[in-house]
Amino acid sequence: MEPIIHIENVHKWFGSVHALQGVNLDILKGQVVVVIGPSGSGKSTLLRCINRLEEFDEGRIVVDGIPLDSAQNINAVRTEVGMVFQSFNLFPHLSVLDNILLAQKVVRKRSQIESENKARSLLEKVGIPDKANFYPLQLSGGQQQRVAIARALAMDPKIMLFDEPTSALDPEMIQEVLDVMTDLAHEGMTMVVVSHEMGFARAAADRAILMDGGQIVEEAPPEILFTNPKQERTKSFLSKIL
Amino acid sequence: MSSSPYPAPTPKPLIGSGKTEKKSRIDPWWGLVAVVVGLILILNFASPDPYNRILVFLKDGIWVTVKITIISFLLVMVLGLLVGLARLSKSTIVRGIATVYVEVIRGIPMMVQIIFWYFASPAIVQEIGVSLNNATLANFRPDGTTMAIFGLTFGYAAYMSEVYRAGIQSISRGQMEAARSLGMTYFQAMRYVILPQAVRVILPPVGNEFITLLKDTALVSAVAVPDMTRRGREFQASTFIIIETWVMVALVYLVMTLLATRLVSWVEKRSKFER
Repeated sequence: MEPIIHIENVHKWFGSVHALQGVNLDILKGQVVVVIGPSGSGKSTLLRCINRLEEFDEGRIVVDGIPLDSAQNINAVRTEVGMVFQSFNLFPHLSVLDNILLAQKVVRKRSQIESENKARSLLEKVGIPDKANFYPLQLSGGQQQRVAIARALAMDPKIMLFDEPTSALDPEMIQEVLDVMTDLAHEGMTMVVVSHEMGFARAAADRAILMDGGQIVEEAPPEILFTNPKQERTKSFLSKIL
Repeated sequence: MSSSPYPAPTPKPLIGSGKTEKKSRIDPWWGLVAVVVGLILILNFASPDPYNRILVFLKDGIWVTVKITIISFLLVMVLGLLVGLARLSKSTIVRGIATVYVEVIRGIPMMVQIIFWYFASPAIVQEIGVSLNNATLANFRPDGTTMAIFGLTFGYAAYMSEVYRAGIQSISRGQMEAARSLGMTYFQAMRYVILPQAVRVILPPVGNEFITLLKDTALVSAVAVPDMTRRGREFQASTFIIIETWVMVALVYLVMTLLATRLVSWVEKRSKFER
């Protein structure tokens, strides 16, 4: 089976910092991959390379058969790949509904009725149908992140990237976001999730990856990686966060 | 431009009811406008000679000043945005050209720029026309108002581009990333996400530029444009009424700038974020 995300020997430098040092990773359609690792390990950078928010210096990334090279291809990939950010990045000048409508209209050229139906059913799905006319800053962090997920889903992406989606949330709001993500995983969405939420990884992920020093150190199914890792680096990292 | 792809603002939500009740109170600063207008009217009716004569004589000039201000300002808004975006461009060449433009313009007095546009630039065109044996170019003689608008636009666009640049840079990078990750192009992201937010940030400095521009239109009187200041000088020269003339000119400028200030603060209030 052809992988939906193919990452081949990717290198990335930030000035003199070698942030990604030859990463290879193939992700199949429908797989949920959780990436963990210390800060500065390159896990967010890797994620951001997949939709080319970050340019990589060497190597090759192919998403759904489209190589990330020309500007045209990058935009094509971006419409297929949804991204959820640590800091939500909702558009504060637009209502929740308009946040979800904007790209549908501008990029997908959908009609008002079609995009609004889509937006309302997605708000239903993430559990906040009553917040359509609110503005982002009037919502709690957990609600904002769920709107951000709905906004990304409105583009009908084939892949969803999550960059530490719960790190900026108060503890009691984390679960509501993880529930939405778990549902999504069970529906068969291909997901790459940078997160240290072990509960989510166990419940929803097929694969868990530990990154350190810009490289993939170890990969295993989540139960095995978290309970019985082979590498010393993984053990010492897990001992710090568990 | 085609209609906006997303609908008019949705109704306001019902939270924060203490804050959402409409303030119908009139801004007290309107009082200052009223005082100055009142003063002009009192002078005009209580002592029509010379004040009414001055006003009648200034009338054409007031119109010229308003016209030059509004046309230049609209052009400055457009050119300033283009230069501001160029200053943020990834391309070194585009950024370099824009930076040189801004640095050169900011280093030359506005008065000199206006004089340059009116006297020197036509002379350059004429010399080129002579050397090319082109009669149209050799007899090139632009009208003063056009060249004054040119000069003010090029001068102020340099300052305005910095205002735009600061406004755009004040919007967090995450906004651009979110828009691009949804598949929007750079210009779509600018138009629908970044600029609508940046405009709210830059309104106060833009209003400031507008008022400064309004006052700097007085400089065009140096190049035979019959604006209000020029008309004042003409009136003084033909009547030798000095104090009253300049009191009236000053008062009319003051009314215009005070009105502009009110306008800016009204726009500012209307464009506050919903929180």
